[in-house]
Amino acid sequence: MSQATAADLLPVPARARTGGWARRLRRDRAGLVGLALFVLLVLTALFAPWIAPHDPLAQNLRASKLPPAWQDGGSWDHPLGTDNLGRDIFSRVVYGSRVSLTVGFFGVLLAGSLGLMIGLLAGYVGGRTDNIIMGVVNLILALPYLVFVVFVASILGRSLLNVILIFGLTDIPIFVRIARGETMRLRRTLFVEAAQGTGAGGLRILLRHVLPNLVGPFVTIATFEMSAMIFYEAGLGFLGLSVPPSIPSWGNMLDAGRRFLTIYPWMSVYPGLAIALTGLAMNLMGDWLRDVLDPKSRER
Amino acid sequence: MIRYLLSRLAQSVLILVGVLILVFFMLRLTGDPTNLMVPRDATAEQRERARVALGFDRPLPVQFAEFLLNALAGDFGRSLRYGRPATSLILERLPATVELATAALLMSVLMGVPLGLLAGSRPGTGWDLFGRGVGLLGQTIPSFWLALMLIVVFAVNLRVLPSFGRETWEICCGIRLPAGNIILPAFALSIFTMGQLVRFTRAAVLEVRNEDYIRTARSKGLSAHTIYTRHVLRNVAIPVISILGVQFGYLLSGSIYIETIFSWPGLGNLLAEAVGNRDYALVQALAFFASLVVVLLNLVTDIAYAFADPRIRYG
Repeated sequence: MSQATAADLLPVPARARTGGWARRLRRDRAGLVGLALFVLLVLTALFAPWIAPHDPLAQNLRASKLPPAWQDGGSWDHPLGTDNLGRDIFSRVVYGSRVSLTVGFFGVLLAGSLGLMIGLLAGYVGGRTDNIIMGVVNLILALPYLVFVVFVASILGRSLLNVILIFGLTDIPIFVRIARGETMRLRRTLFVEAAQGTGAGGLRILLRHVLPNLVGPFVTIATFEMSAMIFYEAGLGFLGLSVPPSIPSWGNMLDAGRRFLTIYPWMSVYPGLAIALTGLAMNLMGDWLRDVLDPKSRER
Repeated sequence: MIRYLLSRLAQSVLILVGVLILVFFMLRLTGDPTNLMVPRDATAEQRERARVALGFDRPLPVQFAEFLLNALAGDFGRSLRYGRPATSLILERLPATVELATAALLMSVLMGVPLGLLAGSRPGTGWDLFGRGVGLLGQTIPSFWLALMLIVVFAVNLRVLPSFGRETWEICCGIRLPAGNIILPAFALSIFTMGQLVRFTRAAVLEVRNEDYIRTARSKGLSAHTIYTRHVLRNVAIPVISILGVQFGYLLSGSIYIETIFSWPGLGNLLAEAVGNRDYALVQALAFFASLVVVLLNLVTDIAYAFADPRIRYG
């Protein structure tokens, strides 16, 4: 039994952990920028049909390969120009946000919920169950991630569901590790022992005492993992292994743009910029969330 | 120490066995792997013939045992595309990838560590802001997009650097150095690791600065220069070196994009090609060799770290 301080005995009020987030946000300019960009991205994805000036799939060979509006030969009808098939690049970038956010959101949801359950199990039951689970987790974490993702993606074939499944399932170990570590730590605290003493069952302890303490770290990691998935999805698309080419996604746009790189560079510039901005937004937001929700692991 | 070494070694072997099992069953994720390898318009008869020729008609345990035994002997079958043993193809392409990854690692260390030191030792200043900015951008700009932009700027518009291929220059007496072709791919590949190094070094400096022994050094009147070179740098070096092994693994992964874009004749390029050609014996072999490299790197890093820090051995 480790030494316990008075603080361990007291239930941590939810207020104390999240208190003052608005004040912190106002002081954390970078976090504010990140959050604003992220909200903008979500709104873009939700309202894509109203924002995009053109149908992202509509081809128009007479207006193909147009440069962005501010270059010679460009027009404000196609603000970011058109691709080799005459599709409006701005509209495609707008619609591409849907693929990225869908993959990121559902991927993290899948990985997070499965990782949570497996991690709670490993951390609470311990023993052989824990050993087996952590053996598999460490095996997966020791692999060259991208190589295996490319391997599986090429076998399963191009579809949105497959991409979500690939990222959702391969990302489970990250969440298992956090859930397990936190569960093991909490199991040894006095307030959990006290709860056990009053006759609370395992499930009640996990739901009532362990789970609330996992919210902070999970939300933080979920943000970073979502950002990573969006990044990897674009990378797979770039290799021609993500969603089918008929769906406008940032990765697919880069894959197409690469073939015309030296003559129509604008085909590659804007989807990549969108990926970079999304990554920037989510990283800034993640840093801020970590400050607010998970002060222990704060980066100095 | 010997106990630690042995247990770490056993762990690595277990992981590699796990990798072999994974690689074998991943190919069978969709059921019959024959369908992955024959053309889509193949007739049922042709499929059946291919199934027998590739040995996929035999019972699964037999296939698995044969795969394991051959793999342990370093034999992953022949590449369908090249008609040569997959292993020899990989060994042939390995030096190019190691060269590119090493160049990228060097670049990221030479840029990232000094910037991290500057940022960490002057918190709150312009250098700090710059370092944090570079750290963030390095991790958010996709390397495959940066690579395309570098080509547009340096190869297409300015025409100062080549955008594809791998060449070497002979300096003298048979010593060959990579030619300018390596600059753009290595830089594009390096930015993520550079970002990591800036962040990591900066955090390490900030932590060391607050240690008691630094206060002691200061209070006994050592100059700032001495404190930095004798106390701060040394203590920052250990954690920074420890992440280099892991970073080298990331560089190998990143080479899939970068080698494809720059036509660099390495393993990443080979993998992208093998996936495109549905050349799965080669893909399996590549997945195993990439894992082998990463597992070995982790092992070496851990052992080096255990030598440097006794707490790990007994931890």
